[in-house]
Parts: sequence; structure tokens; C-alpha cells
Amino acid sequence: MNMPAAGPASGASVADLELLARLRRGDEAAFAELVRGLYGPMLRLAMVHVGNRAVAEEVVQDAWVGVLRQLDRFEGRSSLRAWALRIVGNRAKTRAVRERRTAPFSSFGGPEEPGGPAVEPERFLAAGERWAGHWASPPRPWDDVPEDRLLSLETRAEVERAVEVLPPAQRAVITLRDVEGMTAAETCQLLGLTEGNQRVLLHRARSKVRRALEEYLDGTGVAG
Amino acid sequence: MTDPMADDLDCRDVVEVVTDYLEGGLAPDDRRRFDRHLAACEGCQVYLEQLRTVIRVAGRPAVDAVPPETMAGLLRAFRDWRR
Repeated sequence: MNMPAAGPASGASVADLELLARLRRGDEAAFAELVRGLYGPMLRLAMVHVGNRAVAEEVVQDAWVGVLRQLDRFEGRSSLRAWALRIVGNRAKTRAVRERRTAPFSSFGGPEEPGGPAVEPERFLAAGERWAGHWASPPRPWDDVPEDRLLSLETRAEVERAVEVLPPAQRAVITLRDVEGMTAAETCQLLGLTEGNQRVLLHRARSKVRRALEEYLDGTGVAG
Repeated sequence: MTDPMADDLDCRDVVEVVTDYLEGGLAPDDRRRFDRHLAACEGCQVYLEQLRTVIRVAGRPAVDAVPPETMAGLLRAFRDWRR
């Protein structure tokens, strides 16, 4: 019988299958490695739904028990990571509804959340001027900002703060897309959004985070 | 005298469709208009680059250490699961 060497791109990788074999043998180091790799993403995903860190931590612990219970039935049709995150997502959704801290997920329609223009209107030339609609006050290039400042804990914390204060649906989408690196399709599926709504939410979220980062980087006087 | 950009996007439009552009969601004609604007507009080139920086920085969240008691509890659950 001819089996393909590897599954579809979205399925379990060879590394996943090896890890799975170790887990099924009871290899504790393999399990600890899995936990360390997934804890942050799981916590952020749970936060997307329940919006409260203590509750999110409970959801994650509870989800791990579910992961273990279902591990023998994992068939490798998706990656181990995507499969485990789906378990967290489902539990977090159930918990959010129960807690009534956030509206049920189906109400993450999207565009009814405040959006506003991506950039303050006064940064463009007004109607009637020759170059109306073009930059009056263009953004400043950040190529003079050293890489280690851009990726410093301080800058990353600034971006995290900007994400945290977004309306819930925008925060959910940018967290899954840009922080966790999920695809648009995965994000739509997890949040129950249409592709169009997902994109509108992503756009609003990124625009606001850019403004926050601009204020931070340009307001703290880098290179004059 | 015709404005060379009369038929084109202006910067205010660009910042509103930039996500569609990055997501590959623009129709071919719109994509060409976007590219034409971008080639001639330094401000929008910088804007696009800033958004790419936002995506890059957002993708590097602070490392999340697993609280030791959580890890200990999960390892216990793992041992129980094996039985």
C-alpha cells in the first residue's frame, strides 16, 4: 500500500508525530516541552474569549486535562498545536457564556464596533487644496530605530498594551492573526466570522496599534 | 494640464485599503492602482513599512513562562493519564 510521505500541509508534521509517540510512551520531558510551547498561545486564546486572566488560566489548566483525555484519539488531521488550541477555544467559549462576562461568540459580528479612520483626517491635505487627500504630515520612517529597540521588551509591552485596550472582536482577531500567526481561515473558523468581517476587524486593530506605536516611538525622541 | 494622479488612489484611500492589499484581497485593477500610487508616494511606502513593523513586533510577545505550580499540576495529570 502506498502512503504519502507526509500528510497535507495543514496536518500533523513529522515532528508532531514523533512528539505524539513520545507522549504515548509516557515521556514526561516531551509533555513538559509541549506545555512550554503552547502555554502562552493557549492563555492568549483563552483571554480572547473570557477577557480575564485568572479565569483564562483556569480554562487552560482544564483544557490540558481535555487534551490528555483525547490524545489517544488524535488522528493527525491537523497539527497538534491547532488541535490543542481548538480544545482551549471550545472550553473558553463555553466558560465565557457561563460567566456572562462577554457576550456569546456569535455576537462577534464585527463592524458594529467603533472603527473610525485608520489615520487622523488632519494628517491629510484638505479638500480644495491641490493635493487633497495626500499626506500633509506623512509618517516618519522607523528605519533609524535600532532593531534591538524595536524588539525590546518595552516596545513589545507597548504593543501588547495597545492590543489589550482594543474592543474585544478587534483584539481577538489581531491576537490570533498577528500575535499567534494563524491564517485568516483559521481565525474565521475559531471566531465564527466571515472573511470580510475578519478583515475589517484586522484593519481597525492594526491601524490603531500602528498609531500607538507611532506615538510611542516618535514621542520618545529617537534620533531627534 | 492633467493631474497625473487624478485617476488614482490618494493617500487617505491607501491607508484604508492597505489591509486588503496585504491580505491579497484587492481586485487586480485596484491592486494595480495601489501599486502605482505606492511607487510614487514615499509617505505611503513608509506607512506600509510601519504596518509590517507592527505585525512583526506583535508576533514577538513576551515569553510566557509556565507558573511552576501549574507545570507541576500538569505533570501529575500526565502521570495519572498514563495509568
